[in-house]
Amino acid sequence: MNFSVLQFPASNCDQDAVHAVRLLGHSAHLVWHKDASLGDADCVIVPGGFSYGDYLRCGAIARFSPVMQAVKQFADNGGLVIGICNGFQVLTEAHLLPGALVRNRDLQFHCENIFLKTATNASPFTSQIPAGKILRVPIAHGEGCYFADEETLAKLKVNNQILWQYCDKDGNLTDSANPNGALLNIAGICNEKRNVAGLMPHPERACEPLLGSDDGKWIFESIFAALKSKTVAQAA
Amino acid sequence: MKAKIIITPKKAVLDPQGKTVQTALEHMGYTGVTGVHIGKYIEIDLAPGTDKAAASKALNDAAHKLLSNPVIEDYKLEIE
Repeated sequence: MNFSVLQFPASNCDQDAVHAVRLLGHSAHLVWHKDASLGDADCVIVPGGFSYGDYLRCGAIARFSPVMQAVKQFADNGGLVIGICNGFQVLTEAHLLPGALVRNRDLQFHCENIFLKTATNASPFTSQIPAGKILRVPIAHGEGCYFADEETLAKLKVNNQILWQYCDKDGNLTDSANPNGALLNIAGICNEKRNVAGLMPHPERACEPLLGSDDGKWIFESIFAALKSKTVAQAA
Repeated sequence: MKAKIIITPKKAVLDPQGKTVQTALEHMGYTGVTGVHIGKYIEIDLAPGTDKAAASKALNDAAHKLLSNPVIEDYKLEIE
């Protein structure tokens, strides 16, 4: 499978995403933000970092990059798009995902390993995560507090769009396990069509034991499985 | 000509900066402060003789699309 990893000025997890995809046996290439085409893409990764220096609001300016038009079209056609950290912020600013990410409630930048509970396996981003598995993955953000109005939150719940929530090591969704004050402990969500997802934690930084955890690979394995079944469906 | 845009966090959005400043003010002895909300102020210079109505329309559009995020912020626009 082929992954297009976007590269904005001040993206800094782009190479990590490319590395993770290649490590797991697939191919990945970088796409510069001024490009109008994604190239040969089965899936798009909007990586972490500080696109455009986080000026104005995180992700606000990246949203207007030429490449984002191509991402929107790709998503509208049902392509899989995943935004990680700053990528999540970019996707909310681009209205590809509902809600917004605001300043952490304690005003601190959090760089630490956290625990993640997968709220549903019914998505291309979570299908292969073993049942009951609590993922140990890092976060590194200052503005990762998920916010949406009550109506949007209700919709997220009804449509099963909440994919990952911060939890303690036993899977309990406690307030103390919530690093940033995100509503409902939300760490990641998907859109209504379930082909666009975003999360604040960094699965691409946890794909090999050398890095302390390879739990992040389950998210990539889910994407690979979804793409494979899509290819099979197209061939049939 | 100048346009002034004041952006404030929506009431429902957690504003930890505002809360922290409010607590600091209380500690300093300023009484009667019931809330502090921290936002952004943007000044935009406009060419002399710009049509005010047209500028207002364009800037409202820009404020909605880029300068503010309507999910978490409100804004006020003034042109003078």
